[in-house]
Amino acid sequence: MDMNSFSPMMPTSPLSMINQVKFEDEPDLKDLFITVDEPESHVTTIETFITYRIITKTSRGEFDSSEFEVRRRYQDFLWLKGKLEEAHPTLIIPPLPEKFIVKGMVERFNDDFIETRRKALHKFLNRIADHPTLTFNEDFKVFLTAQAWELSSHKKQGPGLLSRMGQTVRAVALSMRGVKSRPEEFMEMNNFIEVFSQKINLIDKISQRIYKEEREYSDEMKEYGPIHVLWSASEEDLVDTLKGIASCIDKCCKATEKRMSGLSEALLPVVHEYVLYSEMLMGVMKRRDQIQAELDSKVEALTYKKADTDLLTEEIGKLEDKVECANNALKADWERWRHNMQNDIKSAFMDMAEENIHYYEQCLATWESFLASQTDLHMEETSEDKPESH
Amino acid sequence: MEQAPPDLERQWQPAPLEPLGHPDAELQAAVDEEAEVSRDEGPGDGTMTENNFGLKKIEISVSEAEKRTGRNAMNMQETYTAYLIETRSVEHTDGQSVLTDSLWRRYSEFELLRNYLLVYYPHIVVPPLPEKRAEFVWHKLSADNMDPDFVERRRIGLENFLLRVASHPILCRDKIFYLFLTQEGNWKETVNETGFQLKADSRLKALNATFRVKNPDKRFTELKHYSDELQSVISHLLRVRARVADRLYGVYKVHGNYGRVFSEWSAIEKEMGDGLQSAGHHMDVYASSIDDILEDEEHYADQLKEYLFYAEALRAVCRKHELMQYDLEMAAQDLASKKQQCEELATGTVRTFSLKGMTTKLFGQETPEQREARIKVLEEQINEGEQQLKSKNLEGREFVKNAWADIERFKEQKNHDLKEALISYAVMQISMCKKGIQVWTNAKECFSKM
Repeated sequence: MDMNSFSPMMPTSPLSMINQVKFEDEPDLKDLFITVDEPESHVTTIETFITYRIITKTSRGEFDSSEFEVRRRYQDFLWLKGKLEEAHPTLIIPPLPEKFIVKGMVERFNDDFIETRRKALHKFLNRIADHPTLTFNEDFKVFLTAQAWELSSHKKQGPGLLSRMGQTVRAVALSMRGVKSRPEEFMEMNNFIEVFSQKINLIDKISQRIYKEEREYSDEMKEYGPIHVLWSASEEDLVDTLKGIASCIDKCCKATEKRMSGLSEALLPVVHEYVLYSEMLMGVMKRRDQIQAELDSKVEALTYKKADTDLLTEEIGKLEDKVECANNALKADWERWRHNMQNDIKSAFMDMAEENIHYYEQCLATWESFLASQTDLHMEETSEDKPESH
Repeated sequence: MEQAPPDLERQWQPAPLEPLGHPDAELQAAVDEEAEVSRDEGPGDGTMTENNFGLKKIEISVSEAEKRTGRNAMNMQETYTAYLIETRSVEHTDGQSVLTDSLWRRYSEFELLRNYLLVYYPHIVVPPLPEKRAEFVWHKLSADNMDPDFVERRRIGLENFLLRVASHPILCRDKIFYLFLTQEGNWKETVNETGFQLKADSRLKALNATFRVKNPDKRFTELKHYSDELQSVISHLLRVRARVADRLYGVYKVHGNYGRVFSEWSAIEKEMGDGLQSAGHHMDVYASSIDDILEDEEHYADQLKEYLFYAEALRAVCRKHELMQYDLEMAAQDLASKKQQCEELATGTVRTFSLKGMTTKLFGQETPEQREARIKVLEEQINEGEQQLKSKNLEGREFVKNAWADIERFKEQKNHDLKEALISYAVMQISMCKKGIQVWTNAKECFSKM
């Protein structure tokens, strides 16, 4: 089973490099390396959109070359995801970043939004590359290697839009039925998904809120420090003390900013990805239920209609295989997903704790050094621990 | 152990005591020194003459606060807080303390005491009272005067006020202050009988003097600027500190939500469950730790507030100087003009415009006898004026000398106290950081076990 590997050719931060180091004790199974970078704006008469550069490096035989560079837009990613879901309805396809973020976004193309999206798209492709089944998907290969016009023509193949819409209506009806006959283990799975989804959504909100509160705290601190300097202008005897405090406050402010940036790199994207994953999972359950329901309806037809029993029996046979495949695929992928989720969440929270520890350690050193400088001047002992070095 | 009876002739002289956390040694010596030199302080009616009793050590504390209901001057029901003031005398020999007095006072009585001190000791930087209403509050802090936290902080502030007065070399000897600590009933009447309200300078007069005085002592002008700056910068600091406290509260408390959600999540997890649950507990600890941290910081804010209010006391001394100086300048001006008038009458020349001069021109000159009479009156007035000017000059110089001595004392106290407060702030931050490291290290440990 593959570990989640996040293999940046261009590490976006020291923390992501640490992520890479963590997984290097795996035997060198990786033969597909993908990066997403260089967002570029394109303006046409009809619309404005962003493309991202995708570089693929591989040693696999089925690829014509060892290196590929293509440009893709969000729509293309959506297409790929759709094709993967179609081909593997009960596998857990990695989530794509949202189409738009409703609140707090003034324009679609502000820099933070683009950067967040770029990172998420990078993760999306790498997750597919690490998936034991999805990595060999043909559409995936085309996505990574085809030039723009090749991709367009490739997209036109396959079931048309109308037939896909027709399927959706039928699918809803079927899934209702499939829920009723769901086997026990999938009931458990569904229960987990429901609770998990609720909790991860809450954690997402809490984490975003913490980020916001820290931002506001940092803003106030920026005003707080300089007042002490202002004060020192009218107090001859307190100049050192006041300026010292101002300097400590400034340093703590910078430490807060660093903590925030750590959070936004390590914690927020991971939590948010799992929010999207939880939506994916619900979709996967539905699709499994639909497949089950198809079988069930045919079985029912066999019981009540006497006509064409041979044909029905044959169809039922095929559907039974289909259901068994689907269930097994899901079960295996579920285990894999649970395992990865545990590691990712654990990692993310440990990073968060580490950021906070580092923050407090920095602030502590700053204040202790200040205190030492004050008490040195007066040769008094403080009641706190004596600082080690000065 | 004797207790000096409230005798009008005697003055009570306790050993001065330091305010919270303040070294006493220098002040003790200063009081000893002061006791040697006989001075007439305060109103000149002889009730405050110096008497050297021999110093007794006393302890003053405002130990309790109690909600009371009563009827006010208009016979309407009101709720107020009363504070218990306990005075203990400590025997030099065995160090034991004995409760000598205990009585209840409300905030308005403290105000009365302070207003009295302001009138009778205009050259002293009179210690300020804690704020009447809660200001610079951040969202969690209540602005309600009846709120127990506010009452508690006020109790400490009132105690601090009494200790400051008791440790002031001059103020500590005041009879009214002594009675405040010892005579529960009738004290208000006694204060009002001194007639201090009548002796108070009118605000309008003081304002007028501020604008019109020509030659105030430069040091007082500088002091006024300093006190304006002090007030402005401390206000600003307190305002921003309150906002910072608010934000910090937010950061900590939101982490508490993790605790609840982790706990609920752990119910569906087999392997991760324990780690999540225990990490959640640490998040709760983290979230609740902010309450104590910010309560400590509130005490720090109170220390700064005291000096914010001290700025007003400094300005009061400056105003008094301006008033006296203006008075002096007016008296000198008046004297000069009288002298001029006299000279003109004597020599018969009219250099200055006067109504008399005009009427004389219109209706004829006055008789030599009339002129003689007028000159005599003027000469008397000039004599009186010169005496008055002399004594005003002396008074003015005495005031400047005494005021400046107290200002120097105040400056040293201020530098010491503020430095101590700022250092205590650093100590608080260090404690907060250590707690943070502890909690997050524990949390990280729990996460690692997930």
